[in-house]
Amino acid sequence: MIEIKNLHANIDGREILKGINLTVNKGEVHAIMGPNGSGKSTLAQVIAGREDYEVTKGEILFNGKNLLELPAENRACEGIFLAFQYPVEIPGVSNTTLLKNALNSIRKYRGEDELDAMEFLSLVKKKMSLVELSEDLLRRSVNEGFSGGEKKRNEIFQMAVLQPKLAILDETDSGLDIDALRIVANGVTKLKSPENATIVVTHYQRLLNYIIPDFVHVLYDGKIIKSGDKSLALELENKGYDWVIEEAAELV
Amino acid sequence: MNSSTELKELFIKQFHSFENTLNGEKELPLHQIRKDAIKKFSALSFPSIKDEEWKYTNINPLLSKRFKPADSIPEIDPEFINKYLFDKKEFVTLVFVNGYFSKEFSESDSLPKGLILETISEAIKKHPELVLTYFSKSASSEKNIFTALNTAFANHGTFIFVEENAIIEKPIQILYVTKADDIFVSPRNFFLVNKNAQVKIIETYAGFGDRSYFTNQVTEFVINDYAVVEHVRIQDEQLHAFHISTLSVALEKSTNFSSYNINFGGSFVRNNVNAKFNGGFAECRLNGLYVTEGSQFVDNHTSIDHAKANCLSSELYKGILNDSSRGVFNGKVFVRQDAQKTNAYQQNKNILLSNDAIVNTKPQLEIFADDVKCSHGATVGQLDKDQLFYLKARGIQEKEAKAILIYAFASDVVHSISILQVRDRLESLLAEKLL
Repeated sequence: MIEIKNLHANIDGREILKGINLTVNKGEVHAIMGPNGSGKSTLAQVIAGREDYEVTKGEILFNGKNLLELPAENRACEGIFLAFQYPVEIPGVSNTTLLKNALNSIRKYRGEDELDAMEFLSLVKKKMSLVELSEDLLRRSVNEGFSGGEKKRNEIFQMAVLQPKLAILDETDSGLDIDALRIVANGVTKLKSPENATIVVTHYQRLLNYIIPDFVHVLYDGKIIKSGDKSLALELENKGYDWVIEEAAELV
Repeated sequence: MNSSTELKELFIKQFHSFENTLNGEKELPLHQIRKDAIKKFSALSFPSIKDEEWKYTNINPLLSKRFKPADSIPEIDPEFINKYLFDKKEFVTLVFVNGYFSKEFSESDSLPKGLILETISEAIKKHPELVLTYFSKSASSEKNIFTALNTAFANHGTFIFVEENAIIEKPIQILYVTKADDIFVSPRNFFLVNKNAQVKIIETYAGFGDRSYFTNQVTEFVINDYAVVEHVRIQDEQLHAFHISTLSVALEKSTNFSSYNINFGGSFVRNNVNAKFNGGFAECRLNGLYVTEGSQFVDNHTSIDHAKANCLSSELYKGILNDSSRGVFNGKVFVRQDAQKTNAYQQNKNILLSNDAIVNTKPQLEIFADDVKCSHGATVGQLDKDQLFYLKARGIQEKEAKAILIYAFASDVVHSISILQVRDRLESLLAEKLL
């Protein structure tokens, strides 16, 4: 589904990603772990198309298309969804306005008919139950006055409505208590299908108790230094990151 | 002779011709006020950018124009009028065309109990004592040459008197429509809201035609103890129009006044909004919005005078400026020495949509009391990058995403208007302009 080859990216002239290689296929869940400052969030933002980052080398193919040539909005229309680490508050724009515009923009891009008000409403109502959000959220401004947990649930709710091919969850577990974590993880798990894929970016292993990854990668200093299966996550939880970093250093 | 004195002499000459058309009305007390005003007008000078109050507002384009007083009602397409009116069944409706009251388009025969509504010229005949006690007191001709000019030509406009304890449920809409025919109009409104009364008033200014015109307008409010007033002013003049207005509000004890000053139109617009607390425990909320494009110029000068203690003022003016349009905001808040326990908040926020758009903003607080809570601030910026990226990352195209954010920024100002029809209309007008 997505093929990242030798990806290098800068922000303000500083190189953050130093040659990422990663392939994710349909139906797979990949976890990207690593200590703070290793470039995890940068990778998520670069895939989503944030313009603050400059890609200096490498390529990203998404279902065969060169993703780096597309602006963020068209990447979303192609089926990429980023669940933000820090969802921004947008006073004056209701969740309904956001979702309706997003959904219809994506449908238009794909040559599908736009949904009318009734169809839209029945769709969002169905999806709301998935993350246990109440309907009054629809009228509220996007993320305004939301608690940390509500913001993250709202991200997953949006994902449920937009039904992406590739979802990237950027530190979705940060700031969540155990109940919110369970709700979010259940939502993600229910949205999983053989046709879509998920990249979970996380610092801690605990989210991976709920969203079981097929592959685990350790990102350090802008590179993936180790890959393994779900047992790698547990090992990291027990032993920390130092041993992987040392191991990688020895290989150089 | 420079264009400034030349124009002044023209106006004075026009005043004398106007006087001659008044016949018997010359004997009425209003005419003495007019004559005083033209004297003040001739003693004053037109402001230049050397005047602090006009520093960013060059009136030369106005001074080079020669307008004649409107002297008749032109043909007008009812569709154009209706575009600006709200449901006549639910509103008391007054329409003026070229400054003249139009019975045809108005709907003011059966008035709610407790409401007196007249044109200014009728009011002065029927209720001279009511009008003369206050008229021209709060909007003074002493210092402002445009107020003096308006007062000198004051003949058309609206007089509203709300009796003590009367709660007027039906909002009152007043529409001033002008045909752009190189004329000037001087609408003059005088609203007296008595003790414990409540009223909602919407003033709209619009124009049609290809030429230019000049609206020189004054509205005076006297709001007596415990009264509650909501005032919406929609300025949607035609794009070659000059528009200068003064809204002057005297707030007595425990009153509550909310103003919405919405500006879309005009080539040159200057609004003065002056509110003064004459009694304690009163609240004044000034909301403003200006949406400009092309080479439009819109200037809002507001002042709030906390002359008495325990009052609250809260002011929010927002601007969205496109192309090479220009905006000016100057907001003064005075807190006098005796005005302890004052709360005064003022904000001016602007979004520039093009590199050529300019805004000059100057929030000013002058505080002479020591036990007060005051804040002010001004921002000029572009759209928030993080918000824009968030919307785009959800698949919304850049153009739509920007429009959504601009609309949200603007609609915030009209959000608290309590008259649903008015709020809906403004929201759809904004959507039309911005989405």
